[in-house]
Amino acid sequence: MADPTPPVPEPGTNMGKALPRYEARAKVTGAPLYADDMPLPNPATALFVTSGIAKGSITSIDTSEAAGLPGVLKVYTHENAPSRQDLRHFMKGGYVADSVMPLAGPNIVNDGEIVAVVVAEDLATARDAAHRLKISYQAEQPATTFGSAGAEEKQITAGKHDVGDFDAAYGSAPVTLDVEYETPTMHHNPMELFSTAAAWDGDNLVIHEPSQFVWQLKNGAAETLGVDAAKVEVKNPFVGGAFGSKGIMTQRTGLIAAIARDLRRPVKNVVMRDQGYTLATYRAETRHRIRMGAESNGKLVALSHEGSEVTSRQDDYFVAGTTATAEMYACPNIRTGVSLVKADRNTPGFMRSPPETPYMYALESAMDEMAEKLGIDPVEFRRINDTQTSPTTGAPYTSRSLMECYDEAASSFGWSKRNPQPMSMAQDDWLIGYGCATACYPTNMMPATARIVLTPEGRAEVLIAAHDVGTGAYTVMQQIAADELGIDPAAITVRMGDTTLPPGPVSGGSMTTASAGSAVKAACEKVRQRFGGTVPAVDDMSAAFRKLGSNRIEEYAEWAPPGSGEDAIKALYKGKFGGGGGDEPKPLMYAFGAEFVEVRVHRLTREIRVPRMTGAFAAGRIVNPRTARSQYLGGMIWGLGQALLEKTELDLLRARYINDNIAEYLVAVNADVPEVDIIMVPEVDNQVNSLGVKGIGEVSNVGTAAAIANAVYHATGRRIRELPVTMDKLL
Amino acid sequence: MAAKCAQGYFMSSRPAMPVSRRSFIGGSAAAISAAGSVGAGKAKAQSSASADRAKKRTVSFTVNGDRREMEADTRLTLLDALRGPLGLPGSKKGCDHGQCGACTVHVDGQRMLSCFTLVAGLEGKEVTTIEGLANGDELHPLQQAFIDNDAFQCGYCTPGQIMSGVACIAEGHARTPAEIREYMSGNICRCAAYPNIVAAVEQARDAEG
Repeated sequence: MADPTPPVPEPGTNMGKALPRYEARAKVTGAPLYADDMPLPNPATALFVTSGIAKGSITSIDTSEAAGLPGVLKVYTHENAPSRQDLRHFMKGGYVADSVMPLAGPNIVNDGEIVAVVVAEDLATARDAAHRLKISYQAEQPATTFGSAGAEEKQITAGKHDVGDFDAAYGSAPVTLDVEYETPTMHHNPMELFSTAAAWDGDNLVIHEPSQFVWQLKNGAAETLGVDAAKVEVKNPFVGGAFGSKGIMTQRTGLIAAIARDLRRPVKNVVMRDQGYTLATYRAETRHRIRMGAESNGKLVALSHEGSEVTSRQDDYFVAGTTATAEMYACPNIRTGVSLVKADRNTPGFMRSPPETPYMYALESAMDEMAEKLGIDPVEFRRINDTQTSPTTGAPYTSRSLMECYDEAASSFGWSKRNPQPMSMAQDDWLIGYGCATACYPTNMMPATARIVLTPEGRAEVLIAAHDVGTGAYTVMQQIAADELGIDPAAITVRMGDTTLPPGPVSGGSMTTASAGSAVKAACEKVRQRFGGTVPAVDDMSAAFRKLGSNRIEEYAEWAPPGSGEDAIKALYKGKFGGGGGDEPKPLMYAFGAEFVEVRVHRLTREIRVPRMTGAFAAGRIVNPRTARSQYLGGMIWGLGQALLEKTELDLLRARYINDNIAEYLVAVNADVPEVDIIMVPEVDNQVNSLGVKGIGEVSNVGTAAAIANAVYHATGRRIRELPVTMDKLL
Repeated sequence: MAAKCAQGYFMSSRPAMPVSRRSFIGGSAAAISAAGSVGAGKAKAQSSASADRAKKRTVSFTVNGDRREMEADTRLTLLDALRGPLGLPGSKKGCDHGQCGACTVHVDGQRMLSCFTLVAGLEGKEVTTIEGLANGDELHPLQQAFIDNDAFQCGYCTPGQIMSGVACIAEGHARTPAEIREYMSGNICRCAAYPNIVAAVEQARDAEG
């Protein structure tokens, strides 16, 4: 194996400069103000008290002892909570991640629902008071997950594909495979806890809350509070990790803001780590059945992927990842479908590469099993079935460098040293396994707007309510503006995460660089036009400004991806997705990667270690290879966690999350993490957008779990078809 | 890692957990099994019958070299004091239960979890936070190394990582990458910048000679 790439890689073909992060100095000195760090005048502290049952109703809440404690301002329950307007689930065109409004009545529909809010002068007092609430419930038996009595199954149309004749082709294929896989419930656990701070000034409201979409939060909060959205500002320049959990607003915002209005005082709330498991979203558990048929030369002739996902009673959230798996490999007969199981749970939601993570794990595990059945090398099996067009529609991929990724990663990893026979490689008491898998992620884009300000001193300001959740967006926007204006990046200030700025896209779906970057580029082009096409050199700037009779140039631009409807920008200003359009067939746009891992499984104890991982990715133009490498690195380590550690344990009797804390919900820590080699495969794609950018935040998280499970099989001869792969399953 | 302590349940009115840690250790098996039934129907008050009024204690200590005197609620944690009355929000709350390391500060030069440290016990101690690590405009070598190695993404765990890393080097626990990984594993980075954090600690160790 080559040495791991250094933290600051040399820029390769079609890459920008590896600048340090825009906000780097601030972040190492403790200077950034995250949502709960924002100073407010004399804030009160609100603490949630959450339900002890998953289904039933509250028969009584005695708040007298709590409310009488010195320092307690007020205790809110469903009997005295301020009223709010209902919000619809975002998949039904609304704003929220879970449509159940807290404290709207005595009914309980999932464990850990808010049943009271204690507001006090400080946290210690609020905590003390919360213990003194006396709550009685009438409990009913909840349905927890797949197979629970009372869980309701529902077929959906999303994820359905039917090409050719699967049954006939599968029936006559010389080599077939029929396997099932499972993925567990997972929680994002960003390091920053969920929080809301709300401060009213007359009719005007300022909200500080970690959000991946501040314009949605602004509009949704206004709707539930029954106020004009123009009077609501959300200010949140730094987000302490999100991974999807802060992508769609929750009902907490409206509740805290309504309480602040009621008390006529700023109110701060921090959701405790355990409460976050039920007061935000999560990745729901999934089940998969994959059937494959192939010719003996390795050509796939039949593929079926049936997925099943858990959601809540109240909302039909789904990810339907068969839309990705159906596009992966050339195959003339494909049938896919997805069903939902509705249980007494909080509504799941986006978590890093939501559809691809569970569904590609299943497909890429099956590909490894099929390759073995065929006696073909797993990399060659992918090559035989590689395609440059969609197997479902025939539309071309704008670019697909999957096999280039495989070849570069395989070479760097030393794949040729692999003995294909399981249990054939060992060192001392450690069984060694090599595994690989494909990673993919679609190139998503949504409308965005941006404003650029340029001064005679040659300083520019980029203003866009996009978000940097650790992705490097500040730096990338700075670099795009610097390139477009032809000025030094150090002369550029970037402001984001604030609804007083023009709306940018949700920081999700790996779409910020493509979408917000395109809006910034468009605004820069308008600035250039003011000077007849080129921004003057910094020494000539003030003269050029004098000639224009101006001491400040300000340009605003709107950008929408091709095929967007007329109302796309209007929808963005409402904090909504969509806006019509998008019905015409589009080219297939995906980033790809190939991931290789070595695992070592102890012969006796079955301890599993991953000493090294190699990932090669191709995602169009890379604006900043330093921040890009960190994204890829973090994603692969996420994948390692998913493969070996992460699982929210369900209490099947009580529909409750058992390990709802960051000591028992295992995420990768430093000692779990091996050497990771990241290869950025050059790729030029001028079709995806004018920046040539595909998006990189999620792709690398997609292939790792299957690669590790496949390597564990190679090491031990044991196929574990249920994540995470743990020691006990190998005994 | 720390076992889930009783405090972890304080904010939930879950009927299955009406036992305080003290009574659990006392070994009342009957109470535990009775409490474990589904929908037991009644969430009992979970605190012991302590005094209804907050107790205060006057404490004098230094923070980043400045002498501070506080009349502190005896329940007040150093983390909440830093983030609240002391006006130093650089130390972060990631769990409030000593599980994540985001609140790591130095007390008398040792790394400590400020969420697990009561202000009432700080009499005469010296506290250093991320805000006090640089020498004016001159960054500490580990702060510079974090920038050079892109050892963070969202930045939320970073103050704790850096405070922990400085102590890790001072303790002599940064001799090899494997040792750094082990002694930095009390600080979770969900963005998973771990390899870069290890590289940064190595760079700062070498810079300090």
